[in-house]
Amino acid sequence: MRTYLTRDPLSVGELVAEVASPQCGGTCVFLGTVRDGPEERGVRAIEYSAYEEMVEREFGRLATDARSRWPAARIAVRHRLGTIAAGEASIAIATAAPHRAEAFEACRYVIEEVKRRVPVWKKELRTDGSEVWVDPSGRPTVRPPDRPSHV
Amino acid sequence: MPSSGTIRVRFFARYAELVGRAEAAVLVPLPATVGDVVRRVRAELPGGRDIPERPLAAVNLKHAKLEASVRDGDEVALLPPIAGG
Repeated sequence: MRTYLTRDPLSVGELVAEVASPQCGGTCVFLGTVRDGPEERGVRAIEYSAYEEMVEREFGRLATDARSRWPAARIAVRHRLGTIAAGEASIAIATAAPHRAEAFEACRYVIEEVKRRVPVWKKELRTDGSEVWVDPSGRPTVRPPDRPSHV
Repeated sequence: MPSSGTIRVRFFARYAELVGRAEAAVLVPLPATVGDVVRRVRAELPGGRDIPERPLAAVNLKHAKLEASVRDGDEVALLPPIAGG
């Protein structure tokens, strides 16, 4: 069974090899990387967590949907979990198709659908020591550092 | 014919922090919906009130609406806003 999740650094070469085919004239690669831009104010890493069993199923459904839209496209995708340093990749997608348009479209479709439906969450680990849950709109959900936990 | 069902509820990311646990067994009178399970969680678990009234949810590893029905033994997951990629 295909595994879409890994805790190891992502290998673009591996994904490209998975989709490579003499019938394909275009290959697209997308990498999502941990950002520490002006809006992030000091992100040293992001901790990725997931509902792992569901992620595997949802990626399977997503791949099926993509193949029904672009039957000739070949798709490989891997999401990394755990603590990922700024600048490193958290997701890699490779798509190959007979012509470039389908390769680009399928690649874009996969990343947009991942963002919409694959249950993965990220917590920014900031240089000032604080930890912030990130929601998809980019709006941070700050966790009070001294909140007692209910056990 | 059971008149109540036990639902395995799983919490992730921020929601797991809010309730201080990753899962709970919740007893609901049947028939019941995902929304009924959420109401139970919010009423009964310490920290449960901090979970939104209408969170994203999944039943048995598939996205589900709050109106979807649940059966004895189902796994209901409450999902914070998805932020993958």
